[in-house]
Amino acid sequence: MRDPLIPVVGVVTKIQTDTPDVKTFSVVGTDGKKPFAHIPGQCAMLSMPGVGEALFSITSSPTQEDCLEFSIKKCGCVTDWLHSITEGTQLTIRGPYGNGFPVDTDFRGKDLVFIAGGIGLAPLRSVINYVRANRANYGAVDVVYGARSRDDLVDYDEITNDWAKDGITVHLTIDREQDGWEGHVGFVPNFVKELAFDTSKTVIMCGPPIMIKFTLAGLMELGFAKTNIYTTLELRMKCALGKCGRCNIGSKYVCKDGPVFRLDALDELPDEY
Amino acid sequence: MKKIEKARLPELFAALNETAALYLPADRDGVAAFTRWQEGVTLTEKLNTVRSAKDLFFPQVETLANFKTQGGTIEIEDAARQDEDFIVFGVRACDLRSFEILDRVFLAEPQDTFYKARREHAAIITLACNAPEETCFCTAFSIDAADPQGDVTAFLTDTALCLRANTEKGENLLAKLPLSDGAESEIAAWQKQARETLEKLPIQLDLSGFTGERMMELFNHPAWQPLSEACLGCGTCTFVCPTCQCYDVKDFKTKDGVQRFRCWDSCMYSDFTMMSAGQPRPTQKERFRQRFMHKLVYYPMNNEGIFSCVGCGRCLQKCPIHMNIVKVAKTLGGERDA
Ligand code: SF4
Ligand code: SF4
Ligand code: FES
Repeated sequence: MRDPLIPVVGVVTKIQTDTPDVKTFSVVGTDGKKPFAHIPGQCAMLSMPGVGEALFSITSSPTQEDCLEFSIKKCGCVTDWLHSITEGTQLTIRGPYGNGFPVDTDFRGKDLVFIAGGIGLAPLRSVINYVRANRANYGAVDVVYGARSRDDLVDYDEITNDWAKDGITVHLTIDREQDGWEGHVGFVPNFVKELAFDTSKTVIMCGPPIMIKFTLAGLMELGFAKTNIYTTLELRMKCALGKCGRCNIGSKYVCKDGPVFRLDALDELPDEY
Repeated sequence: MKKIEKARLPELFAALNETAALYLPADRDGVAAFTRWQEGVTLTEKLNTVRSAKDLFFPQVETLANFKTQGGTIEIEDAARQDEDFIVFGVRACDLRSFEILDRVFLAEPQDTFYKARREHAAIITLACNAPEETCFCTAFSIDAADPQGDVTAFLTDTALCLRANTEKGENLLAKLPLSDGAESEIAAWQKQARETLEKLPIQLDLSGFTGERMMELFNHPAWQPLSEACLGCGTCTFVCPTCQCYDVKDFKTKDGVQRFRCWDSCMYSDFTMMSAGQPRPTQKERFRQRFMHKLVYYPMNNEGIFSCVGCGRCLQKCPIHMNIVKVAKTLGGERDA
């Protein structure tokens, strides 16, 4: 019997450079097939033996059949290694982990507002593309996405062309004025306030803690109920099985009970994230 | 009930070791530790081992897998699991309870197969207590130290070791040993005296205030600051604790590949939760609080109210600054100092 801590071998079949510090990796098993099925919002452990193992959210939608995709920002041991490899390189993979977003229950029939900052788009892309593939099951969809600059916006073409075709309204913003940028300039929290979405919509948010904090304050001001807001947490993880104790917050383990939390549930937990 | 004269204990240990590898608490360089039995190894006079019995099921370091990474390909080879039976003699009631606490972590789905293999291959012979130390407070957790369970319970009286099988595994084991018949009544007086002593343990704790409903109130308690001020973050309390189960996974480069191993870790260490993006527990206060909140509040919330402390007193004996779970529980539980 294989221990859940022991990974399987995977192969990186494609590497796409999204921004100066973000690349998207397509991973298959040694049999050339997708290593496992998942729910949007779930994660997987990727590792290079000798370098280390780290948890990444799965960027591709479950409806994508040929591989799993991971959009990864360069920021530490394992990510440095990933950014240095070429197509065809082997790594190890185990998963899927975590609860994922309630795409087939709570989100059904709802108007959805996705709010992402920087690399926070990675986990949300999985949900957005799932929603696109099952478009009739959801109401109006808005995406607010911000990054430092135009160059830091991941998948600009997919977002502006393909998503719009599926009736998704995309609101892009960058932190500072830039030559050739005609779109919105400013930070995500303020932009969200300006957009003043209807409070009956369901908000799904992912980004740096500071963005989350201020955006939340804005949403509360607009009158959103905590039961209509979802976000993901990111903590240091080792086992992803709820056993090593590292990602424990209150009675929850982020690796197994999260990473997706509805705001009312998150509010009942100690503020250690 | 079976028995053997005290003087014949070496013979009993030899017979046990004939059936499977035997581990028992023995003195090693003056320190009581679970030790692989061999001719001449005798049972310690000390009440309990310095390190807990968890080492036998969840060792401090263990290999998970070996990777061969040559020519751009990776080969994964699982590390071996325990596949031979072994016997642990002399487990005290507190440490026995710790196995149940660890089981609820490691045997929850998806099961930890390394831990599971050791649990399945072990026969546990507990040893009842009649002379607790002043640091013992197992009674706070409704542990009956005078009658622990396990596969076999052993009672050491002035003259004999009495053995009672509690499981089929225990029955089968006793059948193979050079024992004579005894009667329950032979330990009645011994047990009565033991219970009287245990009822009067110097540390009495009221843990009724540690409930899930009070999680945030306890978390925000002002006493965490003064309680944690002197903590060195040395992690001693977590390493000697039979219920602490946090671990790290690391890689080690060998001559022809990479060994992935796990080792104990401690929530008392600053790098336990350190991320490139930030540190959710920036000072020792938060780390210290995590250890005790986990044992007294979070773990019980997930496990039908069972605390993740067994009152073994090891942390009371070993903390260099004399901080411990009793002081914490009394301060937060609103009880005056004893
Ligand atoms: S916290 Fe202290 S007394 Fe409780 S089980 Fe751990 S070492 Fe023993
Ligand atoms: S409580 Fe004591 S034993 Fe535990 S880390 Fe602090 S100083 Fe070390
Ligand atoms: S990562 Fe080990 S418990 Fe969550």
